[in-house]
Amino acid sequence: MSVSKKIVNDFVANGIEFVTTVPCKQLGGVIAAVEKEPSIYHIPSNKEDEGMGLCAGAFMGGKRPAIIMQNTAIGVTVNTLVTLTQFYRMPLPMLISYRGELKEPVACQVEMAVHTKALLNQLNIPTYHFHQPGDEQELDAILKYTFMCNKPVAILTDATFWGGY
Amino acid sequence: MIRSEIIRDIAPILRDQLVVCNIGLPSQELHMIDDQASTFYMLGTMGLSSSIGLGVALAQQKTVISIDGDGSVLTNLGTLPTIANNVADNFILLIIDNGSYGSTGDQPTYAGKKTSLTAVARACGCENVIECHAEETGVVLQAAIDSKVMTVIVAKCESGNIKVPVITKDPVVIRDRFMNEVVRTDE
Ligand SMILES: [Mg+2]
Repeated sequence: MSVSKKIVNDFVANGIEFVTTVPCKQLGGVIAAVEKEPSIYHIPSNKEDEGMGLCAGAFMGGKRPAIIMQNTAIGVTVNTLVTLTQFYRMPLPMLISYRGELKEPVACQVEMAVHTKALLNQLNIPTYHFHQPGDEQELDAILKYTFMCNKPVAILTDATFWGGY
Repeated sequence: MIRSEIIRDIAPILRDQLVVCNIGLPSQELHMIDDQASTFYMLGTMGLSSSIGLGVALAQQKTVISIDGDGSVLTNLGTLPTIANNVADNFILLIIDNGSYGSTGDQPTYAGKKTSLTAVARACGCENVIECHAEETGVVLQAAIDSKVMTVIVAKCESGNIKVPVITKDPVVIRDRFMNEVVRTDE
């Protein structure tokens, strides 16, 4: 089974029924698997803060949400993460493409990569980093943890984990 | 008519619905006029009232009304294509368009100049967009609720504010009582 399919299976097993995505080449397989999964309502968003608003609404409406995005989004969503997701204590698994790490071909991506963990740390967001193939084994436990503590939680997935470009 | 007068007018209609209310003065006004557990007051995060409301509407069956402003919709203009392409017939977006950023001192918005949010919403693919005068808001809103078709309402009004207290309720309390209303069944 592909890693993308395994990730979506973990979403489904943890009751996630509402997933918003902002496109990413590295996460293209996961986004396609989300789209194919009949038990998930897939709603692409135009910007990640919009997506977090949708997820907040879906959660209050009774559906477990998740967002799939690039690490550049951390720069876009700080205000939303602190004044909506954290302030109202809502769970939000964030599956993040960690661009700008080893094997990155685009220099500009590194500029955001060097701030990614620092920003997440500053925001007190629990952060997990999938670096080696097989690290996805922890996803099920991370999702359970997210919905146990009602916090946004970051799952960074880098190029080494995905097998390069 | 200014925004607070529209809110006073429509409060009896909002009472029985799930409402997501925009940050700043709109939430403070509605909270002062007719506080309901079924209203989710935004205490921060300008621009996301429509996104939160659409999320609630897509996740369950009850009617959801997002009260938004012209300035807030301009902040999150990407919301309109998302709404148009993810039709939830239990969702109503009510944009109270006073042509200004009311909560920050009535600085003019582009919606009060050359930009028509009604035309923008239609161009984004929203199928039922109704522009109305402030005085008609209640009638148009009630018709939208009864129609059970996703509707965007742009209610044009004058800018201007009244003095209102800030909301001091804890955000988790606001969220919890709203979620209880989502699942409440009428006996
Ligand atoms: Mg305004």
